[in-house]
Amino acid sequence: MFKDITLGQYYPTDSILHKLDPRVKFIGTIAFIIALFLIKGPVGYGFATVVLVTLIRLSKVPFKFMVRGMKAIAVILVITMLFNIFLTPGEKLFSFWILTVTREGVETAVKMAVRLIYLVIGSSLMTLTTTPNQLTDGMEALFAPLKKVHVPVHEISMMMSIALRFIPILMEETDKIMKAQIARGADFESGNFISRIKSMVPLLVPLFVSAFRRANDLAMAMEARCYHGGEGRTQMKPLIYAGRDRIAYGLILLFFAVCVAFAFLGL
Amino acid sequence: MLIELKDVSYVYSKDTVYEVRALDHVNLGIEEGQFIGIIGHTGSGKSTLIQHMNGLMKPTEGQVLYEGEDIWGEKYNLKNLRTSVGLVFQYPENQLFETDVLTDVMFGPKNKGLTPAEAEKRARAALLSVGVAEKYFTTSPFELSGGQKRRVAIAGVLAMDPKVLILDEPTAGLDPQGRDEILGQIRKLHRERGITIVLVSHSMEDVAEYAERIIVVNDGKIPFDGAPREVFSHYKELETMGLAAPEITYVMHELRERGFPVDVNASTVAEAKESILKDLKGGIRRV
Repeated sequence: MFKDITLGQYYPTDSILHKLDPRVKFIGTIAFIIALFLIKGPVGYGFATVVLVTLIRLSKVPFKFMVRGMKAIAVILVITMLFNIFLTPGEKLFSFWILTVTREGVETAVKMAVRLIYLVIGSSLMTLTTTPNQLTDGMEALFAPLKKVHVPVHEISMMMSIALRFIPILMEETDKIMKAQIARGADFESGNFISRIKSMVPLLVPLFVSAFRRANDLAMAMEARCYHGGEGRTQMKPLIYAGRDRIAYGLILLFFAVCVAFAFLGL
Repeated sequence: MLIELKDVSYVYSKDTVYEVRALDHVNLGIEEGQFIGIIGHTGSGKSTLIQHMNGLMKPTEGQVLYEGEDIWGEKYNLKNLRTSVGLVFQYPENQLFETDVLTDVMFGPKNKGLTPAEAEKRARAALLSVGVAEKYFTTSPFELSGGQKRRVAIAGVLAMDPKVLILDEPTAGLDPQGRDEILGQIRKLHRERGITIVLVSHSMEDVAEYAERIIVVNDGKIPFDGAPREVFSHYKELETMGLAAPEITYVMHELRERGFPVDVNASTVAEAKESILKDLKGGIRRV
């Protein structure tokens, strides 16, 4: 039932993007997203396309995995395009009934669509090449300065990694309990709204019981290993920048600068 | 033939990097009234195999027949099948949810469409047959001990009055006494009510003691299928699959090597005792 859902979206393979420090990828993704909204003309978009295609090639992740994320935004994409096509004032191309299609409308619609698609591909590129644990580690390191203003950065990132870790466990648990109850003749699919909600009780009660038990066990195990929060805690795999990460930062800066330049020139 | 698997294959996460072939062209028949033991190391495909027997999993390829009918046929009633082929999962106590023991056990029979009175009758009988005393009927299932919870959960499946009872490691995590009691009650169900039993276990001693037929699962295939004595005579091959023969079989082999003409295929302590005594009565002879 839930067999197709894997932890995060991580695609395990061995590529230069997988090896990069998560901080670099995080900042790179943000730079890419901002750049997408800066560029205006076809030259800028062409440049972004070249960069994106190169990155996809470098990641060694099959293209169909990137497209998967697109399904989620398909509806938003269509609605945005329709609104832009019909509701942007400007030079009239053709019209029927009360709807008018303008040249500007078509242009913005295409631009918006490209932006949205690139945005999804760009950010899936990060989640596909970075394990959830690396991601939270990276975020913790990037937000470390906020500790100065008493934001519990470490605790937040610990909660995030625990939550992420628990998603597949709870999925599996749900699947198991569901099967066990189906084996006892439970029916989760038919019936009206009320009876369907009622039929959830045999699933939810054991699920909650087990979630609490697991949380309790985890807390005990953490205490048994003297966990006391982030103060003075070192990491098993500390994030250290390597030569390739510095080069990557340089390339990100270059990319961003070029995009800003294109934006100013209106290309 | 009660349950028949014809050329069944099952592939997890098909067409992704995580693709795993859990069952590989399995052919298997289960006759009515048998007591079958299924052994295999963790991840060998045992659990996947038993979930095909009551239609919880649909084979990627192949057919599953119950009483000669294809259970994935268009008009087949899977819900009925699941009440006829009762499946008790590993750690079944995790599926308890009701406010008291009796109501929890009534869940199955009520889903079968029985009246509350009839369901209660069945539940009481099922609870008593697995050794849960009447005084526990009104307590919350969450207050019971691990072994008691396990029994209540087994009763929950038993109350549907299945023809076949499949149990996935029903003794995991129980103490020796609890294990013997549960297995004893399962044997009683088999002998007195003629229920067909399929017992999945990690303990070679348990399956040798209770089962009359052993099915070995390894890498999604069934390399051995037969009487315990026969299956355990392949103990060398079993070891390469991360399994073993019962301890007593090793003792008998050792005795034979030291020159005693004992039965090397004895798979239970009782069989071994008989063979050794027979040998001793004739005076100690060395071959």
